[in-house]
Amino acid sequence: MRDGYIWDVEAECMPARELRAVQSQRLCEVVRRAYENVPAYRKKLDDAGLTPQDIKTIDDLAKLPFTTKEDLRDNYPFGLFAVPMDQVVRIHASSGTTGKHTVVGYTRDDIELWAQVIARTLAAGGTRPADVAQISYGYGLFTGGLGLHYGAEKIGAAVIPTSGGQTKRQLQIMQDFGSTVLCCTPSYALVIAETGMEAGVDFSQLPIRAGFFGAEPWSEAMRREVEAKMGVLALDIYGLSEIIGPGVSYECPQKVGLHICEDHFYPEVIDPETGEVLPAGKTGEIVFTTLTKQALPLLRYRTRDLTTLYEEPCRCGRTHRRMDHVGGRSDDMLIIRGVNVFPSQIEHVLMGIEGTSAHYLLVVDRKPGRLDELEVWVEVSQEKFSDEVKQLEALQERVQAEIESVLGLTVRAKLVEPKTIARSEGKARRVIDRRDLG
Amino acid sequence: MTRVSQISVFLENKSGRLAEVTRALADHQINIRALCIAETIDYGVLRLIVNDPAKARQVLTDNGFTVTETGVMVVEIADRPGGLADVIERLAAKGMNIEYIYAFVTRSGESARVVFRLEQMEEAARILSQAGVRILSGEEVYRL
Repeated sequence: MRDGYIWDVEAECMPARELRAVQSQRLCEVVRRAYENVPAYRKKLDDAGLTPQDIKTIDDLAKLPFTTKEDLRDNYPFGLFAVPMDQVVRIHASSGTTGKHTVVGYTRDDIELWAQVIARTLAAGGTRPADVAQISYGYGLFTGGLGLHYGAEKIGAAVIPTSGGQTKRQLQIMQDFGSTVLCCTPSYALVIAETGMEAGVDFSQLPIRAGFFGAEPWSEAMRREVEAKMGVLALDIYGLSEIIGPGVSYECPQKVGLHICEDHFYPEVIDPETGEVLPAGKTGEIVFTTLTKQALPLLRYRTRDLTTLYEEPCRCGRTHRRMDHVGGRSDDMLIIRGVNVFPSQIEHVLMGIEGTSAHYLLVVDRKPGRLDELEVWVEVSQEKFSDEVKQLEALQERVQAEIESVLGLTVRAKLVEPKTIARSEGKARRVIDRRDLG
Repeated sequence: MTRVSQISVFLENKSGRLAEVTRALADHQINIRALCIAETIDYGVLRLIVNDPAKARQVLTDNGFTVTETGVMVVEIADRPGGLADVIERLAAKGMNIEYIYAFVTRSGESARVVFRLEQMEEAARILSQAGVRILSGEEVYRL
């Protein structure tokens, strides 16, 4: 197997002092751009009694107020864009907490930046121009497919945009086209591996050798399983559309956490309760400031992802700090088959359907060799209970269809008896996650 | 119109639920005359004809069950081969759509009793009465 390499040595191995100087300079610029071009940021800074002149180095970052998903929602769809639409060349969207999507935009430079950080990611796993990269992340509003696509093209690999699904076809293409690199969610990688093994595919005879798996949490046990079954080097990749999409951080073959492209996305780990910045090694919520992004600059964006920062130098030679695999959330967002799901979205749908009560339970499961499944348990309301099974089935189908159209994710609705979903005294327990993420 | 009150209970497919329903009724001296269960993967709908529908509904509701009352038609059918076919053919000939049907457990002499739920109940009752088929009243059914 060919080794991983460093795509952009100058940037990725920049000495710490120099990196700080670059970060400081870029922070000043992004604060000024946000203040001058985004009324919501001007107001945020004014309310905090700050002007862009108060931010002189990266050490001043903690003075700035946080940005949250609610800020994006309040300024839906384009209110936080810092450039006019004639400079925007791409728009993506992900789930919001209620009916509205979280909308993100990119200038031509942003798309180039995105391709560069994905190129760093893919190079770390040894992707070169001779490689054939099968992109099995979903293409569309979701940033996974197109994000990996442009980065693989940037390297010069031959990109096969298979998108997600149709596993038999994925396997056929992998065998016939000789894919060497696979990009998809880790759970889908397992599905491809297991479906292939059942069909008698001998992965050791195929040229496939590296996989970049992200967009959902996974465990070391799962990594070992995919690596053993498919015969690949499996690396984790992290990102969120608000910051850029995939490529915010990535693993090198040392597998000791994900290097953050901190020349572009400045990380802080905070206590999610107090907002206080935590020292390296302490687990908390990771917050990013986009240092160079043009269309949608975000200052101290609260990701709600829980992780830990590591400052110790990595043996690979990259100087950028590493973050641990994301282990959880400081809110109730679920990631199912790469799709962000907020229980509040489902609540919103159910409130609009007569015959169901406000009580529901989300049960997430990952059975061996299968993709994550989301079951929505809904209590039948006493008033609307029909004696006829076809009416109940129609209700069940309506719940499924309406949730699917909002989430873009197939779900199974299960009707249960009233008052069987536990009422807790404080915050209701809305989610049972049976997935073993180690 | 001789509509008989049927009690329907929503039951999740969990062991012991049916036992709880029948025990609750027994504790209140409610006698089950006929029953059937429509089942799906996750749940079933238990349909009951009892001697005191109003009380049964109250008891089950008080015990936390999801209950509804539905009007059905109880028809007396000759207890011989073709007895049921004769009745159903008459309904089919008039385009009556049967939602579901189930039989009483007990029999008396020459006749059997069958519960019908249809889209057009009144019309169905009229068709059968005209054909000389006997339809039982609620009082008759609850007394059985």
